[in-house]
Amino acid sequence: MQAKRVVFPHRLLPALLVAPQLAVTAVFFLWPAAEALWQSTLREDAFGLKSTFVGLANFRDLFADPDYLVVIGTTLVFSFAVAGLSLALGLAAAALADRARKGALLYQTLFVWPYAVAPAVAGVIFLYLFEPSLGPLARAVGPAWNHKLIGWQALSMVVMAASWKQVAYDFLFFLAALQSIPRSLMEAAEIDAAGPFRRFFTVSLPLIAPTGFFLLVVNLIYAFFETFGVIHATTLGGPGLSTTTMVFRVFRDGFIDQRLGASAAESVVLLLVVAALTVVQFRFVERKVHY
Amino acid sequence: MAGVTLRGVKKRYPGGFEAIKGIDLDVPDGDLCVFVGPSGCGKSTLLRIVAGLETASEGTVAIGGRDVGALGPAERDVAMVFQNYALYPHMSVFDNMAYGLRNRGAARPEIEARVAEAAAMLDLSALLARKPRELSGGQRQRVAMGRAIVRKPALFLFDEPLSNLDAKLRARMRVEIRALQRRLGTTAIHVTHDQLEAMTMADTLVVLNAGRVEQVGKPADVYARPANRFVAGFLGSPEMNFLDGEAGPDGRIDFGALGSLSAGAGARAPVSRKVVAGIRPENLAPAEGDGPDRLSLTVDFVEELGAARLVYASREGRRVVVHTAAHGGWAPGAPLALTAAAGDVRLFDPQGGAALG
Ligand SMILES: Nc1ncnc2c1ncn2[C@@H]1O[C@H](COP(=O)(O)OP(=O)(O)OP(=O)(O)O)[C@@H](O)[C@H]1O
Ligand SMILES: [Mg+2]
Repeated sequence: MQAKRVVFPHRLLPALLVAPQLAVTAVFFLWPAAEALWQSTLREDAFGLKSTFVGLANFRDLFADPDYLVVIGTTLVFSFAVAGLSLALGLAAAALADRARKGALLYQTLFVWPYAVAPAVAGVIFLYLFEPSLGPLARAVGPAWNHKLIGWQALSMVVMAASWKQVAYDFLFFLAALQSIPRSLMEAAEIDAAGPFRRFFTVSLPLIAPTGFFLLVVNLIYAFFETFGVIHATTLGGPGLSTTTMVFRVFRDGFIDQRLGASAAESVVLLLVVAALTVVQFRFVERKVHY
Repeated sequence: MAGVTLRGVKKRYPGGFEAIKGIDLDVPDGDLCVFVGPSGCGKSTLLRIVAGLETASEGTVAIGGRDVGALGPAERDVAMVFQNYALYPHMSVFDNMAYGLRNRGAARPEIEARVAEAAAMLDLSALLARKPRELSGGQRQRVAMGRAIVRKPALFLFDEPLSNLDAKLRARMRVEIRALQRRLGTTAIHVTHDQLEAMTMADTLVVLNAGRVEQVGKPADVYARPANRFVAGFLGSPEMNFLDGEAGPDGRIDFGALGSLSAGAGARAPVSRKVVAGIRPENLAPAEGDGPDRLSLTVDFVEELGAARLVYASREGRRVVVHTAAHGGWAPGAPLALTAAAGDVRLFDPQGGAALG
């Protein structure tokens, strides 16, 4: 694909054209970000009447808090589990859809549907499915299932609920990538005596690896930042800290415990994480060819 | 080593379109057989049926006397070179060539020896570590050939492997593929829509049109004695001249205002009948003296080819092309009298185009 270069006669027009986007970015991103940055250096007194400048003290406290370190660990486990699960299921479904001859369109359409379900709704569905001793899936597992008490079970449930939507997203991208592999390449491999599995692992997979990497970053960003709704609708971060991710903790500190300085410091940490992931992604996008 | 036998092969695509309409063909062992025909005539489809990438709707395919109808591409012991080469972009040249051997469980030393041998044959030894994107078009083409020969298959299938190369390189690879195939003695089917490539490479030429075989034979025979007007027109460049005329009992063809030519014994008919006479441009020559076998025309223009030239002449809207090595006063507008030997005038049925006599 070749980008078309448009030349504008005046300087003003292009500036005007990008102005709305810049305004939106400024109002909904730059302003809150600056606000958070400023807030993270303040501390309020017990009654929330006046705040004092404390420099980096909020950050120091944050990383000295053993709970926060647990939350970071949970976030990493949660995010990589969500990314891994969505990638694996999305890829498996795409590989099957790519091979399907009859009913391929129906199959593809059905697979995309979950993407239209809001994460919080997916969370509620899973909450119902896993309701101890009542939900169909919980009953299938047996009395050993109680995510209200057992931390790893709660975490597994939110991982599943959060992946639900992302599987559909990954499926679409993987399917498009698989279908863009020239057919003659797969035919050459077939003549070269590679069976379907060998073809998949030695030809298809290396060729769609760039898509996989792109999706890994997108999934991580999603798991880090957009899964608040799922957790809020299901476990509220519990039991204990077992499903409290960094985003959820920003919410709890800020809106429930009213520790605005700490909450702001946590959101600044998240801001840095997303910035880092975005840099990784851009560097990757620039190197288009990976083989 | 193996010959190929096709019996009553038909192919209907799911949409109902019949791409191959019943083909019987024998390719002898060790032969280089070229399928040639216009775009869309079913060459690739037929080749893919032999490869096992496509299944025939009807009929049987045998390779080396073994019916391969139920076998997948891997079990047919064939190697194919695709038009776009279909090299694995993420693998080095070595791995591209070794892939088929590895999948067949060959031992490492054997793989290395075979790849080295094939690479030496194709002048690729210095490029084994490169990725396909680091190669020129011609080098990629060689790697695709290498991937085919390294396996020592019973049958090579080439689907327009030269069509992405420039004219010079194509001419060279034509010769090289021909020589390589002779040296290996492996049966090969080569598909092309380039009639020059077909003529120069083939042991056996198969002219296809609209899913049917029009003619099979040695290139020189097919060229000299085309079975019908389609084959006559398809082979040769510039195309054979076709003139409507009337064949008399004396074997002369009357072209009306253009004049007449004698067409040998084969053309004699008990009663006069309409025919299409075909004369190749190189078989027309300026008429000397004032014999009866002559066409009287006016020169339109001349195309200079260097070693020879094409003279376009016409009369009353009927045009002929002459390919001649002679330099002459071919000024546009000048009168031109042409003649042809009786044996070089081929006659075709105006209906259906079958060769007469
Ligand atoms: N998968 C398909 N489904 C339906 N029709 C097809 C399919 N593949 C090919 N055809 C049709 O079959 C006919 C023969 O196709 P084929 O690819 O064999 O032509 P070809 O002789 O190789 O032409 P070219 O020289 O352009 O490669 C064409 O008319 C084409 O449109
Ligand atoms: Mg073709």
